This record gives sequence, C-alpha cells and structure tokens, in this order.
Amino acid sequence: MLLIDCPYCGPRNSTEFRHAGEAGKSRDLASATPAQWRRYLYEYDNPLGWVRESWFHSAGCRRYLSSERHTGTNEVRWVVPFGTAAPSSTTDEETSR
Amino acid sequence: MAQTATTTGGRARTRGRAARYSAFDIVRRGVTHSEWPRSFNEHELRATYDVVIVGAGVHGLACAYYLAVNHGITNVAVLEKSYMGGGGSGRNTAIIRSNYLTPEGVRFYDRSVKLYEKLSVDLNYNVMFSQRGHLTLAHNDASLRTMNWRAEVNKLQGIDSSVIDAKEVGRIVPYLDVSADTRYPILGALYHPPGGIIRHDAVNWGYARAATHLGVEIHQQTEVLGIDTAGSKVTGVRTSRGNISTSMVINCTAGWASTISDMVDLKMPLVTHPLQAAVTEPVKVFLPAVIVSGSLHVYVSQTDRGELVFGASVDPYPSYSMRGSLEFTEGLAAHILELIPSISSLKLLRQWAGLCDMTPDYSPIMGVTPVEGFLVDVGWGTYGFKAGPVAGEQMAQLIATGRTPDLIAAFDLARFADGRLVGEKGAASVGH
Repeated sequence: MLLIDCPYCGPRNSTEFRHAGEAGKSRDLASATPAQWRRYLYEYDNPLGWVRESWFHSAGCRRYLSSERHTGTNEVRWVVPFGTAAPSSTTDEETSR
Repeated sequence: MAQTATTTGGRARTRGRAARYSAFDIVRRGVTHSEWPRSFNEHELRATYDVVIVGAGVHGLACAYYLAVNHGITNVAVLEKSYMGGGGSGRNTAIIRSNYLTPEGVRFYDRSVKLYEKLSVDLNYNVMFSQRGHLTLAHNDASLRTMNWRAEVNKLQGIDSSVIDAKEVGRIVPYLDVSADTRYPILGALYHPPGGIIRHDAVNWGYARAATHLGVEIHQQTEVLGIDTAGSKVTGVRTSRGNISTSMVINCTAGWASTISDMVDLKMPLVTHPLQAAVTEPVKVFLPAVIVSGSLHVYVSQTDRGELVFGASVDPYPSYSMRGSLEFTEGLAAHILELIPSISSLKLLRQWAGLCDMTPDYSPIMGVTPVEGFLVDVGWGTYGFKAGPVAGEQMAQLIATGRTPDLIAAFDLARFADGRLVGEKGAASVGH
C-alpha cells in the first residue's frame, strides 16, 4: 500500500499510477554507442534506500511526476511535477546509497 | 581450531557423520527414546575460506553441497544475514516445472527437475516432491498460440508437454469452471505432467544438513558488510562477525543481489520487486494439479496439508519492502473465483511477500563477472526455487573447473552488453 501525493490531484493510491523507472538515466541519442544504449536500457541502481524515480498518473491527471521514495519502507519524501527541480531540503548525499 | 589444515580442493577435512534417516531409525529411537543428532552445527568464523557463498537459500546451499560432494571442495562458508532459507527459498510457492519457452531455458530447468526427482535419495531427506501435473491455462488465442509454441519446443527437448482442450482440462480438474459463459473462458491449457510441488523448507534443510556433514560451514546471522578487492580481484569479505580472507565470492542473494554486487562496484541489470503469495485454511484434497493462469495473474496448488497456496504477479513498482497489500488480496480473490467459484467461502490464513530480482529478459544471470573471483548466481526473478539444484550444481562446476558449463553459458552477464538476450517472458511469469 503506497500513497502518492500527486501535485495535481492530491494523495492517491499507487494503483492509479504506473511506475516509470529510476530517474537520472540518459543517453545521447545522436552519439550513443550500442554499449551505452544497452547500459541505458538494462542497468539499474536498484538501491535499498532512497531512490529518485518517475511515475505516470495513468488513472488520474495522466501527467508524469518525479518523486523520492525509500525502497525499504516505501516512505515517499516528496512528489513534484516531472521536470521540476527537487525540493532543496534533500541533498545528493542523502539520496546516494 | 581443531580442524585439520585444508588445501584448495582438498578432501582432508575431518567430517561429522550424518545420522542416516530411515524407518528403522524412527522405530529404534522411538523405542529407546534416544536423542536425534543435530542436523546443523554452529561454527566460529575462520579467517580464511577457499569459497565464500553469500546467501543461505536454496541456491547458496545447493552450490555448497555440490562443491563438497561433486568436487571435494569443503573449505566453504555460506554466509546468511538472517536465517537459512528465510528469503525467497522459504517464501515461494514451491512449484517445479520445466516447460519453458527457449531451448536454453527448457534444458536448464529440465536438469533441475531431474535433480529434484532423486533429491530425497541423494540427501537422505524427504523433500516431498509431488509430480502431480502442471496446467497453464489459455484464455485467448494469443496465449493458446504461445502454449503451442512452448509445447513444440518442449517436445523437441524430450519433455512431456502438450496442449489440451478445455474439456480435457475439466476432466483433470473437475472443480475448474470450464464453461464458455465466464468472463475469461478457458480455451485450453499447456499440460505438463512432470510438473508439481515440493516442500521448499525440506529442500533447504536437506541441502544444509548434507553440506554441513560434508564439512561446509553455514553461518547464520552473519551479514556481509563489504567485499575487499585489489586490482579488480576479490581478496576478502567483511562481515558483521569479522573479516574473512578469500579469493572466491559467490553472490546467491536473489532479491538483495544488487546490494551485494554494489560492494564490488558492479552494476547489474536487476530490479527488485516484491511478489506476494497467500494460503488458505486446510480443506480436503480436491485440486489434483497445479493451475496457472497468465491472463488472470494467478496460480494455485493444494499442499499435502490441504491448504491452497496462491501466487500472483510481482508488485507493480520496485521495492525491498515485504509488507503485504490489500490490492493483492482483492485481486487474487477476484481472479481465483473466476477459475474455481466453489471456494468462495474459504478463508485466507495468511499472506506474505518475497523479493524477486527481475532481469530484462526473464532469464537468470549466472557465471563470471568483470571482477575476478566474484561470481553471480542471481536474476532469479519469479523462477528461482525451481532452479536451485541445477544452479548449485552448475555453479559448483564453474568454481571447481574455472570453465563455464554449457548448460549455463547462455545466461552469462555479458549477454546484456552483447545483445544476446534469452527471452523467457512468455513462460517464466504470469505478470505479462
């Protein structure tokens, strides 16, 4: 059971959302080598701890969101519209494993 | 320590004799009231081991057992942060089968079924393997097509597997609703007679007992905190009970595999999802086979005690949390009653979750890594328990000989970099 506080719709059950993967993965479309592409496609941090990730509110506002969640407790620290800067209260140190 | 010195691969260790379990022994001890000897021993952690296995689940324990029995390598420590068989090995739904989709997968899992078939004798421990038949139901033309595909691949490998129609399904399992006026009518099924269920704790304990009496040390409540390397070569393991010097570490931690691989800075193609299961109160035996429905995301079997054991697809987001959810119970009840309406008043006794390290192609990752001396036996997703014996046997062979056996060559870590995926999604899970 996971409650996600959608910035557009308010707190909703996670069953309304589709998990859209770990945040921060990227590849350069123009110059990525096959090896870089495969790392982008297949490799994950998969941490036991705080993780930044994306959600799609498929049964709600149908917009993408960014969040930070603890994978051990499922506590959600913050949820913001996709592309918005993370709240300044969290530092990179806290989010790293 | 009183133990004799060992050499790598040596057979020189002093061994405790395992008491042989037999009907005669039960009578004898019953009459004389004599104590049974301990099945497992506790050990002090030594400073050096030839091989350190992380994770005392079925994979770690089987690997330790086959290292000792097939290759004479007994200077082995199995480290477990919690208790033996407390992860996926004690949380799965204990289904054994080999009717997979890819030729690589089929021959691999079939070897496992073969090992399971004689495991009770090999380990002198009753693992209660019941080959009662396994039915994968098809509710639409697409799944029927996949079933036919799987049946043909299976037959080519000599595995008893065929597609049967709804009438035949109803004959084998009379309590299934095979009528045409349901929301998801049963069109047919992939029937796999050698499939069945097993007592999973007995498999763990049997391997542990056999391995321990061959000289392997199992250290429970011993958490791995770090792995030391020198020039991308493993040199030792730091644990909550002290440091160990070793040149060989095997990661057999399934759901926690990423946390161990991180210790040698190895990024893995794994995502950990919880998988929930549930069990009902015991009732008279009425379900003669294992029933799986991919479309309804549910599978069910009846244990020898009479309980119905249910499993489902993995939870929809990655997590290491093993708390159950109401969504799971609701979905499970709705789906299982589509199949077997007559159990609507049966009560669920409990539900639980285990962790599944899902790979992109639904096949495991076994073998060597870029870090010398760090081997992986991970990526076991939702199909780890049924592969325990074969994975242990093949990993032991790899450790002893230094060469990757043919049976697991297709499942190497490098396949993701090389683009040689072994797509098993059509047969490995119900969550698609």
